[in-house]
Amino acid sequence: MTSSFFSKASRNLQRGVIGLALACSLSAWAQFRVEVSGVGLTQLPIAVATFRGDDAAPQKIATIIRADLERSGQFRSIDSAAAVIDEVARPDASTWRQKGADSLVTGSVTRLADGRYDVRFRLWDVVKSQGQDLGGQSFPVPQGDLRLAAHRISDIIYEKLTGEKGIFSTRIAYVTKAAQRYNLWVADSDGENAQTALTSPEPIISPAWSPNGTQLAYVSFESRKPVVYAHDVATGKRRLIANFRGSNSAPVWSPDGHTLAVTLSRDGGSQLYTIDANGGEPRRLIQSGSIDTEPVYSPDGKTIFFVSDRGGAPQIYRTTATGGNVDRVTFTGSYNISPAISPDGRWLAYISRVNGAFKLHVMELATGTTNAITDTTADESPSFAPNGRLIVYATQQQGKEALMTSTLDGKIKARLGGQSGDIREPDWGPFQKP
Amino acid sequence: MRRILLAVSVAALMGGCSSAVKLDSVPVEDKSGTPISGADGQNAAGGTAKSGVTGVDLGKAGQDAINAAGPRIVYFDYDSFVIKPEYQAIIEAHSRVIKADKTRKVAIEGHTDERGGREYNLALGQKRAEAVRKAMGLLGVTDSQVEAVSFGKEKPAAQGSDEASLAKNRRAEISYR
Repeated sequence: MTSSFFSKASRNLQRGVIGLALACSLSAWAQFRVEVSGVGLTQLPIAVATFRGDDAAPQKIATIIRADLERSGQFRSIDSAAAVIDEVARPDASTWRQKGADSLVTGSVTRLADGRYDVRFRLWDVVKSQGQDLGGQSFPVPQGDLRLAAHRISDIIYEKLTGEKGIFSTRIAYVTKAAQRYNLWVADSDGENAQTALTSPEPIISPAWSPNGTQLAYVSFESRKPVVYAHDVATGKRRLIANFRGSNSAPVWSPDGHTLAVTLSRDGGSQLYTIDANGGEPRRLIQSGSIDTEPVYSPDGKTIFFVSDRGGAPQIYRTTATGGNVDRVTFTGSYNISPAISPDGRWLAYISRVNGAFKLHVMELATGTTNAITDTTADESPSFAPNGRLIVYATQQQGKEALMTSTLDGKIKARLGGQSGDIREPDWGPFQKP
Repeated sequence: MRRILLAVSVAALMGGCSSAVKLDSVPVEDKSGTPISGADGQNAAGGTAKSGVTGVDLGKAGQDAINAAGPRIVYFDYDSFVIKPEYQAIIEAHSRVIKADKTRKVAIEGHTDERGGREYNLALGQKRAEAVRKAMGLLGVTDSQVEAVSFGKEKPAAQGSDEASLAKNRRAEISYR
C-alpha cells in the first residue's frame, strides 16, 4: 500500500516537474487571503510542520500546504507552525496524537547549487502507535515553481487521505478591472501567482477553459462589440472563434474540446449555436423567439444546459447537444442564471435572485433539492473545481469585489482575493496533465 | 437642416460627377437652404481657375449631419425593450441621416443597468439594440447599414447604483462607425 502510493506519486511528480518547467513566473500580482468562514462537520485533523529551510525560502511551503488543505474543507489544521521537522526525522507520533492530529506532514526546502530548490515532504499516519510512514517525494524545481511544488504536495496528501484527486495544482482564470484596464488573469487555485493573459482597454467577460487546460475562450469588446476568441495561454496566440454580425458571446467548450457552444445574435435575438473549435460555419442549436444564452455542457457532452426567458423570466433549461426537446430545470424564483454542472453531473450551481439579492444556489439534479449556500447578495459566475468538491464564484464582501471558494454545502468558504480593484468572472481550469 | 443638406450634397458628389444630386431621395425640409460654396464651385464649370482646389471635409460634413440629428440615446424602463414615444423623434432623425447616405454604417449599442448576470444582461442589451434597429427598419433604413450589438452592463454611462444612475444606463446608443 505504502510502496504503491509512493511509486505512483513519484511517477506523477516527475511528469509534473517537466510540465512545471514550462510555466513562467511573473511577480505575484496579489497576495490572496484564505479566510475560512464556516465550520465543517467531518474534517480530518492534520498537522503540517514547518519545513526545514522554510524561513530562508522565497515561498513558505508549509504555509501554502496548510492553506490548501484548510480551504478544501476536508481538513482541520492542528497548530504546528512552531515545530520544524524535516522529512528524514522520525516524529514522535504520540505527541501529535495528543494534539489531536491524525496525520503529520514533514519536509524541507533546500537551495541547490544550480539555484533551483529541492522540496521534500513525508506524510505520517500518527494514529498508529509508532507512526506509519505513508510516503514522500522530492521536487527539484526552479524558484518560480516553488508554489506549484507545494500545491503538488497538497494534491498528494489530499488524494492519499481522502481517496479523491486534489485540485490544488489546477489554475483559475478571472478578470479584473482597474483604472479602465481590463486584465484576464491565470492564477493558482489559491489565487496566488497570478499572471496576465490579456490586457485590454475594453471589457473582457466569460473566460472558459478548454478541457485540456491549454486555451481560454472568452468574449472581448476590443472591436467595440462582443467577439469570441480562443487564446493559447502558454504562447499568447489568439484566434477568432465567432465574429459574426451582432453580438457573439457566452463561449463554452464541449468536453471533448472539438466544439464550442456560443450565443450569437446574427440571425436576430440571442440564440444558441455550436461551432467547430477549428472554426467554420455555426450550427443553430435551437430556435426560439426568446433569449437563449449561457450554454454549458454536461460532463458526458450529451446535454446542454442554458438560460432562457421563454417562460417570461430567465430560467435554466436543458436540451440535447444536438438540439431538440427542451426541458425546464429551475422552477423556484423568477431569475435563475449562470448554470454550472459538477464534473460528476450530479450538481447544478447557479445564481438565483431572491428578494433582490443574487445568491449562489446548488441543486441536486436527481432530486431537485436546492440550497442557497452563501450569505452574500451579489454572487456571480459559479464554476466547479475539477474534482467537484469546491465552487469558485465572484461576489461582494463589505462592498468590495472578491472571489470566493465554497464547499457544495456552503460550510467552508475561503476568500481568494480582492484587495486590488474589481475582480470577477472566475473559471476553474481542469486537472493539469502532468 | 442646412447641415443635412450639406452632407447630402457632399455624399452625392462622392457618388460621381456625372450623376445629379437626387433630391427626391433626400428628406430635405428646408427648401430655402443657401447654396454651399464648395459644392457650387465644383459644379460651376468655368467659374473657377483650373488650378483651384476646393477642399471637402467629409469627416466634418458627416459629423455635422449627425450632430444636427440631435441626441443619440434612447432610454428604456427596467426590464423593458419598448421604445417609449418620446424617443421616436430621435430614431426618426437618425434614420433620415442614415438613409441619406447609403455608405454610412451605424451600430446600435444596447446597454443595461448593473443588476444581474453579465451574459444575461448582454442578451437584454441586445434586445434593446434590436428594438431600435427594427424601428429604423420600419422607417426605411437599409438593414445592412445598421448592426445591433450589445455591451450588456459592461459600459455604464453613470456609475452610481441609485435609480437615476440605473435609468441612465438602460439605453441604446446610436453609434456612427
